[in-house]
Amino acid sequence: MTLLALDWAFTLEKIILIAIIISISLVVAMYATYAERKVAGFMQDRIGPNRAGPFGILQPLADGLKLFFKEEVIPNHSNKFLFILGPCLAMLTAMMTSAIIPWGGKVELGGRIVDLQVADINIGILYIFGVVSLGVYGMMIGGWASNNKYSLMAALRGASQAISYELALGIALIALLMLTGSLSLRTITDQQIQGNWWNIVYQPLGFLIFFICSLAECNRAPFDLPEAESELNMGYHQEYSSMKLGFFLFAEYINMFISCTVIATLFLGGYDMPFVDEAGLSGITALLVGLLALFGKTFFLIFVFMWIRWTLPRFRYDQLMNLGWKALIPLALLNMVITGAVVLFTMK
Amino acid sequence: MGITQLLFWFLTVLTLGSALMVIFSKNPIYSILWLIVTFFAISGHYILLNAQFLAIVNIIVYAGAIMVLFLFVVMLMNLNMPASPVKKKWMPFAGIISGGCLLLVLIAALKDTEAMRRELLMKSGDIGLINNLGMVLFKDYILPFEISSVLFLSAMVGAVVIGKKN
Repeated sequence: MTLLALDWAFTLEKIILIAIIISISLVVAMYATYAERKVAGFMQDRIGPNRAGPFGILQPLADGLKLFFKEEVIPNHSNKFLFILGPCLAMLTAMMTSAIIPWGGKVELGGRIVDLQVADINIGILYIFGVVSLGVYGMMIGGWASNNKYSLMAALRGASQAISYELALGIALIALLMLTGSLSLRTITDQQIQGNWWNIVYQPLGFLIFFICSLAECNRAPFDLPEAESELNMGYHQEYSSMKLGFFLFAEYINMFISCTVIATLFLGGYDMPFVDEAGLSGITALLVGLLALFGKTFFLIFVFMWIRWTLPRFRYDQLMNLGWKALIPLALLNMVITGAVVLFTMK
Repeated sequence: MGITQLLFWFLTVLTLGSALMVIFSKNPIYSILWLIVTFFAISGHYILLNAQFLAIVNIIVYAGAIMVLFLFVVMLMNLNMPASPVKKKWMPFAGIISGGCLLLVLIAALKDTEAMRRELLMKSGDIGLINNLGMVLFKDYILPFEISSVLFLSAMVGAVVIGKKN
């Protein structure tokens, strides 16, 4: 069998890496819910969850257990297959982006060079794009299959919001690509480590646009219109109960974690620790320092996401569309033209 | 069979099977979902041909954008109940004739692919990678590329004009 010609050690290594990344994403998402409630408590001068365990540290576990034990209700007139497919797709697309993020440099472990990136494909950024554009399906299918007009309206809102903000997101990325000249996230990170500055210095406007669009793509406040509970009862997951609801909520936090990691990688140097020369460190130390740097940046960005959520009120739907189409897209185009001109006149 | 061949056959069966399911599904929502599966399988074929850019653009544009709009329309029209199509006697004949015409065009278009494939392989098979594709699009085919972008722009302007009338 030529099937056995596969490099089994390589395959095993990647499978272990994928398992680790997925478990880390899940744990981070779990504790992001806890962090969210603590931050909300802090912002509103409350204590936040403090009953389960010391400082309420076991609260996410208790919440998860509660969701697992709740009764599962599937509405009578809903499409059962699609009803179940919705949360599955939401979870799947939330997990998929993590495959191309470089979590650290290459390290030598037991005589093998291990790459802390599942796939270093030469179309990295476009892959992110593809997965982001698929992200709306979970919401749309779930909302429609619930057979509830509020869910349907929330799903339509969510889909149109995602499509509108994808454009500005893409144009902001194009400006970044003109600078880096590569689509691979590994190359982009390496350039930031070797160069003097992170990309945010060269692309402040692009960073801002990308950040705002990420907020919108993650359905975070002030862009949380698909879940506007004051207008739509609850949103696209109104009919969901038990762990299927948990999947939707969880997917949202995973999305937030992954998109913060992507922002950190693209604009904030990835696993580059500032003021430290990584080349001088030994393998394992460099790896740990890199991981610390990446997670530090990511957690700071997650905190900013939460900070914004508990500070700003929600947009009205027309304001949302105006911001997307009439402010962000022209700004992103302007950014792209300026970047293009600068690249043309200085670098060649 | 190597892993590539195995993947090829898997993707081929998936493409044809899901494409057939698009036609045979009673529920239009299922048709759309099967069409998305078809696009994914075709993207898999592109990756096997080492055309990663084409694969991902296929997913972004077709599976990601156009199919969402399809889904939008079907959801809003609520075509859930099976509509009884108006059946006329000449319909099957029209279908057979137009399908035959399509087959003819496809055969005419694809009959030289064997030769072209050899040519592609001679160029080391990495024509589909993004660097080479960019070079080809913006050097050799710059004029058709720009003309097609003008075409898209005019289509967008047209859509806005039609939308404004109401």
